[in-house]
Amino acid sequence: MGKLRFASVWMGGCSGCHMSFLDLDEWLFDLAEAVEVVYSPVADIKTFPENVDVTLVEGAIANQDHLELIHTIRKNSRLVVSFGDCAVTGNVTAMRNPLGGADVVLDRAYQDAQLLRPQVPHDDGIVPPLIDRVLPVHAVIPVDLYIPGCPPPAKRIRAVLQALIEGKPPEMIGREMLKFG
Amino acid sequence: MPRTLTINGQEISARSDQTILEAARDARIPIPVLCHLDGLTDVGACRMCLVEVAGSNKLLPACTTRVQEGMEVRTDTERLRAYRRQIIELLFAERNHVCAVCVANGHCELQNLGIEVGMEHVRYDYLFPKLGVDLSHERFGMDHNRCILCTRCVRACDQLEGAHTIDVMGRGAKSLIIHDMNVPWGESITCTSCGKCVMACPTGALFKQGSTVAEMVHDAEKLAFLKAARERKVWNV
Repeated sequence: MGKLRFASVWMGGCSGCHMSFLDLDEWLFDLAEAVEVVYSPVADIKTFPENVDVTLVEGAIANQDHLELIHTIRKNSRLVVSFGDCAVTGNVTAMRNPLGGADVVLDRAYQDAQLLRPQVPHDDGIVPPLIDRVLPVHAVIPVDLYIPGCPPPAKRIRAVLQALIEGKPPEMIGREMLKFG
Repeated sequence: MPRTLTINGQEISARSDQTILEAARDARIPIPVLCHLDGLTDVGACRMCLVEVAGSNKLLPACTTRVQEGMEVRTDTERLRAYRRQIIELLFAERNHVCAVCVANGHCELQNLGIEVGMEHVRYDYLFPKLGVDLSHERFGMDHNRCILCTRCVRACDQLEGAHTIDVMGRGAKSLIIHDMNVPWGESITCTSCGKCVMACPTGALFKQGSTVAEMVHDAEKLAFLKAARERKVWNV
């Protein structure tokens, strides 16, 4: 069997899930043997490629860019994995939802709290427009697997990736594999 | 009069005044619970302990259903497991349970049940209600975002402290835990600041002020001790 074409994506999250991924330490060498990294925030690849076997999605869907990218990811990936609590539940990224739409938080960040020339960035292509409600990934596209945790501990990430490399469904059972937070 | 019944095919005997939950526990047969707390009366609110009883097409809460002679109870069928997961998912969807930034992270009965029922994601749309945090009490806080309306605090305040400061206002998903006639907790004239409600809370809804993420450990078992000690008049003086 050839190498798995592997991607990871950083959406509306803090990158903590990717930091936890790096906590795989020396097992990353074993992983590098088994997969070909075709897209990732730790690799400088500009466009999401086609024919991806596994894509880990960190973060919730919070802005227009995420919304567009996630559909490309679904179209081009065999397995989409919600990677961490923001992707699975919305988590901290979605804590703005009870406050109302995007304007409420933009005003708070760019208008109310600023003393000098308060203004919301508005030029096209500068900042992707926020969508009104932050959504977990599975609320936008079908998701194949979920790795909860904020962040998921490295052991949990390894257990999932190991199973996928061996072509088996990972066993998501018990505190080691399922604890949120 | 003892009663003989079967739970999951295992024959057990129980006292006639026992509930299915009590009988099952005596026989070391686990049934998940959330609104039940040893030392408080049962209300059958959360439906986590639903069981199948032969001859009834309804699922019955084990905590409020008395044992009967010849009863055949099943506690762990495919249908029950599906409903339990559904209940937990709906509780997560109804309010803002963000485990990562919760005082009770790691010490939360709702979080633990999520693990037990195998919840790796929530299939329902999150409601994201706008709810407040009451920090008016000098020692404790109430975060409505984490509340699951189990009423354990209501019952602890009423049945163990005898103050009945806490009650429930509203209906359905819009219900809220209130103090006195819906005044800020710190302005309640009946609250004795005993903290029994905080001990009883299964989630991060009630906490000691100053607790930060993952620091709030509840002492729910102390309430059962308190009740038993009162009934038996046993005190270490």
